[in-house]
Amino acid sequence: MLRCEKLTCVREDRILFQELDFTVNSGQIVQVEGPNGVGKTSLFRLIVGLSIPYSGTVYWHDNDINHHREMFYKHLLYLGHKTGIKPELTALENLQFFQTLQPSHSNVDLWQVLAKVGLAGYEDIVTAQLSAGQQRRVALARLWLNDCPLWVLDEPFTAIDKSGVQVLESLFIQHAKKGGTVLLTTHQDLSIDKLHLSKIILKKPMDDLYV
Amino acid sequence: MFNVFLQVVSKELKGAFRRQSDILNPVWFFIIVVTLFPLGIGTDPTLLARIAPGIIWVAALLAALLSFERLFKDDFIDGSLEQLMLMPHPLAWLVSAKVFAHWLLTGLPILFVSPLLAVFLAMEVDTYLALFLTLLIGTPILSLLGAIGVALTVGLRKGGILLSLIMLPLSIPILIFSTMAIDAAAYGQSYLGLLALLGAMLVTSITLAPFAIAASLRVSVS
Amino acid sequence: MWKWLHPYAKPEKSYQLAGKLLPWFAVVTVVTFVVGLVWGLLFAPADYQQGDSFRIIYIHVPAAMMAMAAYSTMAIAAFIALVWQIRLAEMNIAAIAPVGAVFTFIALITGAAWGKPMWGAWWVWDARLTSELILLFVYLGIIALYNAFSDKVLAGRAASILTLVGVINLPIIHYSVVWWNTLHQGATIMKLDKPSMDPAMLWPLMIMIVGFGAFLGTLSLMRFRNEILARESHRPWVSVLVTEKLAGEK
Repeated sequence: MLRCEKLTCVREDRILFQELDFTVNSGQIVQVEGPNGVGKTSLFRLIVGLSIPYSGTVYWHDNDINHHREMFYKHLLYLGHKTGIKPELTALENLQFFQTLQPSHSNVDLWQVLAKVGLAGYEDIVTAQLSAGQQRRVALARLWLNDCPLWVLDEPFTAIDKSGVQVLESLFIQHAKKGGTVLLTTHQDLSIDKLHLSKIILKKPMDDLYV
Repeated sequence: MFNVFLQVVSKELKGAFRRQSDILNPVWFFIIVVTLFPLGIGTDPTLLARIAPGIIWVAALLAALLSFERLFKDDFIDGSLEQLMLMPHPLAWLVSAKVFAHWLLTGLPILFVSPLLAVFLAMEVDTYLALFLTLLIGTPILSLLGAIGVALTVGLRKGGILLSLIMLPLSIPILIFSTMAIDAAAYGQSYLGLLALLGAMLVTSITLAPFAIAASLRVSVS
Repeated sequence: MWKWLHPYAKPEKSYQLAGKLLPWFAVVTVVTFVVGLVWGLLFAPADYQQGDSFRIIYIHVPAAMMAMAAYSTMAIAAFIALVWQIRLAEMNIAAIAPVGAVFTFIALITGAAWGKPMWGAWWVWDARLTSELILLFVYLGIIALYNAFSDKVLAGRAASILTLVGVINLPIIHYSVVWWNTLHQGATIMKLDKPSMDPAMLWPLMIMIVGFGAFLGTLSLMRFRNEILARESHRPWVSVLVTEKLAGEK
């Protein structure tokens, strides 16, 4: 269970959002919506611990993530704007690295996983030679690979075609059914029905607030 | 834990061997700088032998500086640095693995090339032994301290210039102690004390630098 | 025990405290400078070896000592900033760093001016001078790093880390005179037994050291207040302050 208390985010003296409180329970899929520049990526980076908030705390299972980083990261998979894939390694080698370093499902065949994201036949090629969409798919393959309950995904559908989006959506629903949590932002319309999807909507303030 | 360390190191090595220019450029630079000195100063062997330790150490320092661009910048750009920071392992430990891999790719080649350069500069065997030992202990310290500077500047646009400003004052003590040790060897005196001092600096860096590097990375990635 | 310090973690309170302390530091600076410089430059007896040129000691030594003191203060502030996440401590570092850098520069210049009649050279690469030069570079590095970040919160944190890393340098500077036989004079004041300097020369020196300390304090407090205002410029208490000032001037 993820809980954010009084999160305030300040970027170069400008307040992006103030005293944000919300809770995300296991089994929920939550979409964070809002116009460009409202602070969705900043919010995700705060939740994940890559940035430190101006004030406020993020709790995972009632533990402050700043004091229990390792435990939090055992349960977290974050995919941001950057793929996190090394261009000079092959898709297989990239996934092997993540498989060893993060909690992963046992008995996972990396070839099958890559086939699932439509990269069959591209496993052994250095990822620098793949297209942007294909590189993103290598990053997304980690969703099938690892064994973390909390998924925080910043614009996961970038450069992914319609069938890919559908595959991902059904994966999210499956993950939520098994008790996992999905937190994502996207500009696309999700075809997940209201029963399974919750939304947090961030709005731009009327005036710029400063610290 | 150890497995994780090895994984990070092997990933770095694999990637580096596919981008060979990154390994070779600093080493070539090292060789070129040292080769230019006899051509620029004069080929008198006694003079060369006298200033050889300094030349080789300064060249090693500059080559190390050149190699630091590679340490975290690429990872910062493609997002793998972020991912590394989100792993369920202590960041200081992961970062030590990266710095160790970096030393294997920069410090070790410098060590291997040094005998050749010692011959170029007419060094005697005893003096060369001292040089080798100071390089052996000193280059890891350079990698560790330099990594702190790189970690602090990786997110900045003109990071390279700032990095040299930060790094050079930190590495001057290593330079001074090393050249003092080699001078002592040249006069036939014992330099064990100075080596021990360098060793102490190495141990301190190994224990403390990873935490500074991790803290600096957290600031830069914010 | 430290509860009385807590309100001062707020920039507004510290700004006011700094404002109250500033005039005292300024007065002490002016008084000690006048007394110390007049006494030292005019009335203290000439050194039997060095003649009158030794008098530059009254600027050189205090500047050098305060350069180190400034860095120590920065290091403590950096430690506080990193451990307790107090932004005010980071502003302190930004405030003191340029002052410390200038003091180091003064120490180096006066050291060179002293060295010429003494050792026959403007610059000698001995351990103490070299370490002072390194200290100057460390200061410049910290200042450059702080200015390179556009987000000042991150800048403060980065500068704190770099300050602590550079702290290793200070013992090396201080003990360098003990470890290496160099041209530079051995420790005359910071020794454990009696200082080996004549009291008639020592007193003005002590006064100048206090004076430079007060000078460091004055400049740092001024810069500290400016830094607080700059960082907090959007806060209501700053706008209130500005309107009050404008109203007062009318």
